[in-house]
Amino acid sequence: MYQLAYSRPGSLADALALLAEDEGAQAISGGQTLMPVLRARLAMPSRLVDLLKLPELAGIRAVAGGIEIGAATTHADVAASAEVRAVLPALADLAGGIGDPAIRHRGTIGGSIANNDPAACYPSALLALGASITTSQRTLAADDFFTGMFSTALEAGEIVTAVHLPACQRARYIKFRNPASRFALVGAFAAQLPSGYRIAITGGGHGVFRWREAEAHLDSGGAIGAITEDMLDLAHFTGDLHGSAEYRHHIAAVIVRRALSALA
Amino acid sequence: MTAIPAPMGKFGQSVKRVEDSRLITGNGRYVDDLVLPGQTHAAFVRSAYAHARIGAIDVSAAAAMPGVVKILTGQDLVDGGLFALPSGWGLTSIDGTPARVGVHHALAVDTVRFVGEPVALVIAETRGQARDAADSVFVEYEELLAVVDMVAALGPDAPQLHPDIPSNRAFTWDIGNAEEADAAFARATRRVSIELRNNRLVPNAMEPRAINAEWRAYDGSMTIHLTHQNPIGMRVLFMMLLGLESENHLRVVSPDVGGGFGSKAPAYAEELAVAFAARAVGRPVKWTAERTESFLTDAHGRDHGTRAELAMDDEGRFLGLKVHTLANLGGYISTSNALVVSYMYATMLCGQYAIPAVHAVVEGVYTNTCPVDAYRGAGRPEAAYVIERLAHLAAREIGVDQAEIRRRNFVRAFPHQTPLVYCYDSGDYEGCLDAALRLADYAGFEQRRAEARARGKLRGTGLSAYVEACGIGPSKLLASLGGGGNMWESCEIRVQPAGSVEVLTGAHNHGQGHQTVYAQIISERFGIPMDRITVVQGDTDRIQAGTGTYGSRASVGLSAAVRSCDKIIEKGRQIVGYMLGIDPGAVDFADGIYTSAATNQTVAFTEMVHAAHAATQFPTDQLEPGLVATSFFDPPNFTYPAGVHVCEVEIDPETGVTEVVAFNAADDFGNVANPLIVEGQVHGGLTQGIAQALWENAVYDPDTAQLMTASYMDYGMPRADSLPEFGLAFWPSPTPVNPLGMKGCGEAGAIGSPPAVINAVCDALGIAHVDMPASPEKIWRLCQERQEAL
Repeated sequence: MYQLAYSRPGSLADALALLAEDEGAQAISGGQTLMPVLRARLAMPSRLVDLLKLPELAGIRAVAGGIEIGAATTHADVAASAEVRAVLPALADLAGGIGDPAIRHRGTIGGSIANNDPAACYPSALLALGASITTSQRTLAADDFFTGMFSTALEAGEIVTAVHLPACQRARYIKFRNPASRFALVGAFAAQLPSGYRIAITGGGHGVFRWREAEAHLDSGGAIGAITEDMLDLAHFTGDLHGSAEYRHHIAAVIVRRALSALA
Repeated sequence: MTAIPAPMGKFGQSVKRVEDSRLITGNGRYVDDLVLPGQTHAAFVRSAYAHARIGAIDVSAAAAMPGVVKILTGQDLVDGGLFALPSGWGLTSIDGTPARVGVHHALAVDTVRFVGEPVALVIAETRGQARDAADSVFVEYEELLAVVDMVAALGPDAPQLHPDIPSNRAFTWDIGNAEEADAAFARATRRVSIELRNNRLVPNAMEPRAINAEWRAYDGSMTIHLTHQNPIGMRVLFMMLLGLESENHLRVVSPDVGGGFGSKAPAYAEELAVAFAARAVGRPVKWTAERTESFLTDAHGRDHGTRAELAMDDEGRFLGLKVHTLANLGGYISTSNALVVSYMYATMLCGQYAIPAVHAVVEGVYTNTCPVDAYRGAGRPEAAYVIERLAHLAAREIGVDQAEIRRRNFVRAFPHQTPLVYCYDSGDYEGCLDAALRLADYAGFEQRRAEARARGKLRGTGLSAYVEACGIGPSKLLASLGGGGNMWESCEIRVQPAGSVEVLTGAHNHGQGHQTVYAQIISERFGIPMDRITVVQGDTDRIQAGTGTYGSRASVGLSAAVRSCDKIIEKGRQIVGYMLGIDPGAVDFADGIYTSAATNQTVAFTEMVHAAHAATQFPTDQLEPGLVATSFFDPPNFTYPAGVHVCEVEIDPETGVTEVVAFNAADDFGNVANPLIVEGQVHGGLTQGIAQALWENAVYDPDTAQLMTASYMDYGMPRADSLPEFGLAFWPSPTPVNPLGMKGCGEAGAIGSPPAVINAVCDALGIAHVDMPASPEKIWRLCQERQEAL
């Protein structure tokens, strides 16, 4: 890692000021992506602004119709949260399946969605549940927040503060794990909400996306068993060492069917 | 308060490892923990190209950076008289010519031959400064075509890696008898054949490689602190390569070593360069590999491409075997690899079977990849994979059960001289098979298969009956095959005046539990508590001689220890004879007490120890005072651990995911000193072997020869939650080749398990073969084909 300065501000305002005054400053939350990048000397920020202890980003709160999770909440805390498990068990399960115990005790929900790794788990949950994301500046719908591989609607210096998710008992995340990294080779989050079915797929390669054809099929009363990869655009998928685009495409349909079957 | 009696050791008891509480509470002492006065740090400039000519190296910017002490290039090392890294084994090709060894400089001169090869070395005041400066060394490269595939490397259009080595072929070596094998094939009525890959692995020791070298100009001597499996061997080698005056001018210390699996047995370029640098700067120089450096440069394992054919009669009796293997050497021949791919591999191709006629050819091929060397099993896993895949195919061909084909061909009388140099010491292969089948409830398998089918899963079972060679020796045999001999182990036992015991051994513990097992065995011999015994290892200033730990050699070291114990006990008998005024021949010794049956007198071991040092109760002109004994044990033969592994897998045909749902192993390790430690060794070995079969795979880009799996994001390390509860049983046939009857257990798990897993996968799918790793996509595609065929 290169030499850099490190700040742990005590308030959101201080964090924003630190990021604003130094163009080379970089916000860090759990650091599960950024730290390996720094260790490999692939980035050279002048300063790290640590968001982990900001009070504005802390805590899990039950709110009307759902739950609010502070951006600095670790995966382990989400997995262990009785509040989350009560209203949205699928999210607790998802959090409990990220990485390994060390990662779950460092990585945060805000860090995960701000990074928007195309194989991350959380973005699929937020997109499928129609979550909203509060930042230091505004509130965004998940549909508008995730804009592609490692890309979000966040502007420079904008910090995710919390995520709002609806209560939903009929939701399920299935991750087909990359055997090496345990990221999603493909992951599918399926939810049945009052507005209808929503299905989000991660791991395709270009970033999380909704499988709208399958949603429409289900909303019009179509059977789960009739959902196949033929209804899914292969162009959503890329291949690598661990699986071709064709394989990921196939697996996506398999795990969506399995997630939907598990809702019943 | 009642005092808890100090535990007494006993051979065969599951004594908990005494070293663990220290190691798991952060009190281990590793090379990187050591900070010497005047410490400097090294960082390497490494090639980003797999194959390139080195042009100008501009160090001017780097040299001006803060903290930089010195920068060395390959030419500086050559100019300073540093020798190139040798191949430690002299192999002779079929045509009588010696193996062609590409010159391997510690820092590349003129040409780089694999990605990550070190080109220059920066020494600076801090690790960070060394890294910063290394980034600022500018090397001009003229990129050359690179080759990864062995067949391509042997072909006419391949880039040539070494100037005088045509076709990138280091050697074409053979063993066995081609005419006899041809005759057997001519007689045979049934044949099976296979083409397979034994996938390349990255060793992944938990502690990365590390060295801290200090030079003492006042007497021209050096101390190297090195994480290594064989510090004594490295002393001789580094002394010669550095041109030091004598062995006495080099001390090598290997403190706690966090795993090796073979990867800490070679002599490495980086360590040699750092040792040279310490002398050049006159200050201690430390280097600890970063994990990426480990992936790129720790000697990789396996990487064979093999064609093999087995000839049988109509009943499936094996008549002949022909094997042709291409062994990927990487860019250079690493220290022991010429041995690993020849006499550690092809000698074991008969497996547990009495095959009368065998011929095997091994071609060593240079490619633009990291050098390969010993990795857990070192040749024996590759051999077991070939013969056990063939045995599986033979059962299919003849139409008999996997167990039955093996029964028909087992070696049944011992010692058994194979047609491949080695002579198996002892065994009960059929008894071991039956023990494994009972453990696995093999009889109930078809019911489990049917039950799985009802759940939509394809269940398969696979057997593997492996035999391997451990406790390498005797010295004379190894020397006749191309080595330097030197295959014994030493043990000095010092019994000190107050009764504590120091055990000095050249065997080196890097996870095996030597402190426990040596203490256990010596405690029992002397009848003193284990906590009175300290094992000293890994420091050439304290241990005079030995050959390190690899190939389950501790049985050799323990045999030397037992001999030294016997010498101490015998001297004690002499002393007690004087003390009691009786004939030493009438003195018995058991459970720590010398007894005279005639006079009914007793002398405790500790009383004898005091007397030995006080030297007042015997005539010192007839019996020397003190209690020190040294023994050297040169084993008369290898030991041949063997066993049967039974794997059951379930495959999800919709996704291609293979789950190992049961794994049972019955092993003959000879006598087992500590079942708890041995079970731990088997668990680790099975885990590595199952991982090779399903997940681990080092992949180079076929065009650029960049390592695609250079981190844990892409290299599939096994996790505990991907493995079943292992069922283990011991089926010992004690070896006659050492006094303890121990055979060794360190490699067995990794040797038997890959073919067991792949045989199970093939059984589940009803196919002849699938190459490792049996990745989900590969299996899914096979399931698709199977579906179409139905």
